[in-house]
Amino acid sequence: MDDWKAKKPVFATLFAPGSVWLTAFFLIPLGFVWVMSFGEKSGIIDIVISWTPDNYLRTIETIYLQIIWKSVWISALATGICLLLGFPVAFAISFARDRWKPILLLVVILPFWINLLIRTYALIAVFRTRGHVNFGLEWLWEQADAVLAWAGLAGYRLLGERFEPLTLLYNDFAVIAGLTYVYLPFMVLPLYATLERLDRSFIEASLDLGASQMRTLVSVVAPLAMPGIVSGIILVFIPCLGSFLTPDLLGGTNAQMIGNVIERQFKSANDWPFGAALSFLLMYVTFGALAIRSLLAGRKAGMEV
Amino acid sequence: MMTRIRRRGLSRRRFLASTSAAAVGVTLFPYRALGQEAEKRVNFYNWDTYIGETTLDDFKTATGIEVQMDLFADNDELFAKLREGNPGYDVIVPTNDFVERMKTAGMLVPIDHDRIPNMSNISPLFLDAEFDPGREFSLPYMWGTMGIGYNRNAVSAPVDSWKVLYESDEYSGRMSLLSESSDVMQMCLKYLGHSLNTTDPAHYKQAEEMIIAQKPHIKVFAPDNGQDLLASGEVDIAQEWNGDIAQLMTEDDAFTYVVPKEGGLVWQDCLCIPTGAPHPDNAHAFINYIFDAEAGAAIADFIQYATPNQAARALLGDDYKTNPAIFPPDEVIAKCESALYLGEDVNRMIEEAWTRIEAA
Repeated sequence: MDDWKAKKPVFATLFAPGSVWLTAFFLIPLGFVWVMSFGEKSGIIDIVISWTPDNYLRTIETIYLQIIWKSVWISALATGICLLLGFPVAFAISFARDRWKPILLLVVILPFWINLLIRTYALIAVFRTRGHVNFGLEWLWEQADAVLAWAGLAGYRLLGERFEPLTLLYNDFAVIAGLTYVYLPFMVLPLYATLERLDRSFIEASLDLGASQMRTLVSVVAPLAMPGIVSGIILVFIPCLGSFLTPDLLGGTNAQMIGNVIERQFKSANDWPFGAALSFLLMYVTFGALAIRSLLAGRKAGMEV
Repeated sequence: MMTRIRRRGLSRRRFLASTSAAAVGVTLFPYRALGQEAEKRVNFYNWDTYIGETTLDDFKTATGIEVQMDLFADNDELFAKLREGNPGYDVIVPTNDFVERMKTAGMLVPIDHDRIPNMSNISPLFLDAEFDPGREFSLPYMWGTMGIGYNRNAVSAPVDSWKVLYESDEYSGRMSLLSESSDVMQMCLKYLGHSLNTTDPAHYKQAEEMIIAQKPHIKVFAPDNGQDLLASGEVDIAQEWNGDIAQLMTEDDAFTYVVPKEGGLVWQDCLCIPTGAPHPDNAHAFINYIFDAEAGAAIADFIQYATPNQAARALLGDDYKTNPAIFPPDEVIAKCESALYLGEDVNRMIEEAWTRIEAA
């Protein structure tokens, strides 16, 4: 491979579009938000940049730290479930026949073709009291009840007087289910990319040398797939942490996540400087997560040497 | 027709909220560049399904001026989009307290009453307003109330008090409040016997504590979809805007709407011209056209909200004119208050209280 220093014009040409994009649409706006986070409101629409630390002092009030903590554990739980569900799926796809792989991957990506909002509303129709899950369960209940009646056990009412629908919507379960559903593909794709490249002879060697299937999975496959696992965790955890639509639509009266608080600062609260400070606090939490990743990656690199 | 009065409806609101960012980018530049009054055009920023079916075309036929209509989902979105400068709108439709807020912030220009001859069609009751004395900056477009929508078959007695929603566990888990902080706080203040425009922190503290205590019995803070929650049986009692419930009532007579005896909120959406409007002449012509009797009747008939245009109301049938969900009795209105703009400090106090309520 050529050294980029030897071909600077080529490098510059290829590098320019991406860096211009990144600067114009990410770094500069982010800079504005950062500057605004040190401002204060001087009127209804006027913001004075006074380099005050007040907004940041407000963000570390207990209430906001509590909300961030809640956001972190909801996101962590959703990420964990994504990993548990996503790993077998990615594993199965990478071991599927070659002609099936594109189709299976398509199935994973398919939900992206539909707007997030519409998918979330679809979940409402699935989870609500008179929704598809409860209709399905009610049907099963009726069948079971009929079987019991047929068996002469009707008088005992073993299944209760009537079907009690489950409360699936407007609670933390719905939020975690919604986040898992939305972000699962972000876990499956990096896992698949790593598992696909995995050298199968390691698995054969492990099995040939007498390791059990489980032992092979835990001691051979999982460590080799670690880069994919870490990427997947980051790709799921970070957007979960900032999500506001899912808790807004699926959550109950205490579903508020930090994303909802930030959204309100820019809309009904009309307090952009504080919203900017909260956004940056969230970003620092995210940087923390990335630092952990590079720490892990560094340790792994150290082991390989 | 099914969704004609779901101005504050569910999917649209969130959908617009999520797409408005893209819309800003698209609409930011062309209007400015074309900003010549000779241009036969007026840029109208309105709520969704909040204008007559053919009003815009009729106006074009009558005057040759083309109306370009963009939609917003709530006052906060309208305000957020105009606060950094008018992206090119000529006529906007803020609610009363936002009229006052935008006026205070210098975001509105006065309306020249001499150029609105059809103002004579407006009921005298609406020709002055506390939030805009002399109606210098705003003219009334539609008005309504906030109250309780509920399923008659699911309650032990007719609902007539905010107590049911704010201090009772009788319908635990079958009730929804709105998700806007000020709406929920203001109605709680009414129940507590305070003005909904109070600025006393102790009153807000009292309301906050009451809502936190009631929270276990509330199923959801509904993002303005109370009518859907009622229709799907998810809740039986919902805090909502009258128009949303009026629509549900036309579909199913199990549902009804009441403004509780403690009173509620009466609101007024207004036509205003934002500062920097590129076509102020056309804006005046358009506002004048809306107050035309027949044009106004066509709008009110289509969106089923209460019109302050008495000439238009006179042209409509009894099912509109005497519908109590659209036009509550005078003694009910007398107990209601309209929201005033209370300043940024009170706004912040309410928002912080709401953050604590949701986190509790």
